[in-house]
Amino acid sequence: MSYLTVKNVNKRFGGLKALNEVNLSVEKGTVHAIIGPNGAGKSTLLNCFVGRLMPDTGIVDFDGVSLLGLKPYEINQVGVSRVFQTPEIFGDLSLIENVMIPAFARRDGAFRMHGWEPVENERDLRLRAMDMLADVGLAPRANDVAGTLSRGDKRRLELAMCLVQQPKLLLLDEPTAGMARADTNATIDLLKGIAERGLTMVVIEHDMHVVFSLAQRISVLAQGTVIAEDSPENIKGNPKVQEAYLGGAHL
Amino acid sequence: MSATVKDNDRLLLTVFVILVLAGPIVLAPIGASYPDLLQRFAIYGVFAIGFNILFGLTGYLSFGHAAFLGVGSYAAVWMFKLLNYNVIPALVLAVVVSAVFALVIGYVSLRRSGIYFSILTLAFAQMMYNLAYSVLTPITNGETGLQVYTDDPQWLQTAGSPTTTNLFGIRMNEVFWKPEFLGFEAQFNYGYYFAAVFLILAFYIALRIFRSPFGMMLRAVKSNQNRMGYTGLNPRPYTLAAFVISGMYAGLAGGLLACMDPLAGAERMQWTASGEVVLMTILGGAGTLLGPVLGAGFIKYLEAIFSKVNETVLQDWFSFMPDWMGDALSFVISPFVGEGWHLTLGALFMAIVIFLPGGLIDGARQLGRWIGGGFGGGDRKPAHSPVPAE
Ligand SMILES: Nc1ncnc2c1ncn2[C@@H]1O[C@H](COP(=O)(O)OP(=O)(O)OP(=O)(O)O)[C@@H](O)[C@H]1O
Ligand SMILES: [Mg+2]
Repeated sequence: MSYLTVKNVNKRFGGLKALNEVNLSVEKGTVHAIIGPNGAGKSTLLNCFVGRLMPDTGIVDFDGVSLLGLKPYEINQVGVSRVFQTPEIFGDLSLIENVMIPAFARRDGAFRMHGWEPVENERDLRLRAMDMLADVGLAPRANDVAGTLSRGDKRRLELAMCLVQQPKLLLLDEPTAGMARADTNATIDLLKGIAERGLTMVVIEHDMHVVFSLAQRISVLAQGTVIAEDSPENIKGNPKVQEAYLGGAHL
Repeated sequence: MSATVKDNDRLLLTVFVILVLAGPIVLAPIGASYPDLLQRFAIYGVFAIGFNILFGLTGYLSFGHAAFLGVGSYAAVWMFKLLNYNVIPALVLAVVVSAVFALVIGYVSLRRSGIYFSILTLAFAQMMYNLAYSVLTPITNGETGLQVYTDDPQWLQTAGSPTTTNLFGIRMNEVFWKPEFLGFEAQFNYGYYFAAVFLILAFYIALRIFRSPFGMMLRAVKSNQNRMGYTGLNPRPYTLAAFVISGMYAGLAGGLLACMDPLAGAERMQWTASGEVVLMTILGGAGTLLGPVLGAGFIKYLEAIFSKVNETVLQDWFSFMPDWMGDALSFVISPFVGEGWHLTLGALFMAIVIFLPGGLIDGARQLGRWIGGGFGGGDRKPAHSPVPAE
């Protein structure tokens, strides 16, 4: 059964057709990778899932609910969390606060007035946030200001912010870009472990090592069109895909 | 770590309470220990603390907060006119009415952010200012200003009760102790202590808000509203709540002003008054706890000093000099004093924003660190802690 269903999605930016009749079907409990050359429309597609962009036409359903027209916070409350290509974190806040905020959002909903009891009394939330930071290897920096992190570390922080919410669907836009090899491997291991526990993920990635070690299914996007959707083995041998990547990335 | 934050806050609160309660003595050496000025310190402190909850935490810069100050004053004076000179009903109505106004104005203004939000709040305040002078004259008494007249109903006024503002008989304008203190005169006044109680309360509530999850969310609004949305939080009600709270603080301050002197005029809502609280907050240190109080005191003190100086006073100062020199000096200085003291304020503001972007509180912290760590710096705010201390 399809968990995330994308049907005939179109999106134009002026004269540019960024998404052209895109179809996608993500099974529950699987990792679905989206690959494609720069400017193919991968991020644009994810933007249509989280309420950053509204597709011109088409359907985006998650778990039987249409995501179109919902506000970003409503979509998150449905259970969709996203790591962005350009890190979106609370740069002025500490790492631990960055992770506690999404935890609050999951526990208390889109708005709740907690104006009196100090944050530090929320021991359970703090512990969970600390564990999450430890999982992504950032625990020693829990009290640092998030804006001071390197790009790769920001992305790991963002991952922790998403994971602490225990989402139903995790969207990852190049989760390892800007990371040193060791951190990349640690992140893959982390994501693999989470995938094994049954979390559904959509991953955009240029690094084929990452793609092939995570994904059960791959969609290839080129110039806004899905040119192939298949298992990793078949994608590797697909001539259309190799052509799309000609002179580009390495399969 | 959590223990130290709590301990630091307790220390901060204790020091604050002691300083406020000892206000008439502490401020005597700088000649500020007289009721009118002390009351202003406390009341504008409340105003600035409230403004800081909105501006310091969420980053939304309101240019119309004086509207709530004015509304609070009008509401309070109406209570004096209708009931009696007891300050409690006056303050209750001031806070309630300003909350309603803040809810409406905030709801509309917060549909936009950045400069558009500022302009919207400014427009609202100017509208209210103009209305107070024109069509609303029956409520505001127009240019004369709202005041209590002998033929006002004052339903609860009994024969024996005071005919000035009072708290169950304790008169706000009464000086109950006037000691000499190291050669300086200190005036202890009921009005100041009444306002001081609210200043302490206002500070304590702000402290709780700063440390609470709500305060953390407000800082998240300032830091990255997009991320908030993608994290499942609706920023709008958080900012609106902050707006209403800060509007209520302003209304309380306006009510307190009327409690000290039962008058309300539209000029209290003018844009210059809105701008003043912005200056107080930034000058003292936006987003810090003590900064706004410090900024409010600083500006009100300078206002008291500079606006009193006039041509004659200047001539007096320079009387020891040759005539031509004294004349030249007073020619140079006179635009900066008396009516023109805002020029001084402007220059000071520029200097502080340029050389001390963190405000006076930051200056104090740097000074503390420079003198040898300890006070005002190290022990209260560990360098690595992103929690705004002080
Ligand atoms: N908001 C926008 N307005 C106008 N054009 C846009 C907008 N967002 C994306 N585009 C354009 O749409 C096309 C697809 O962009 P998108 O970011 O989705 O590519 P991508 O596949 O994520 O590429 P990359 O691998 O570089 O991240 C690009 O040509 C881009 O310039
Ligand atoms: Mg992209």
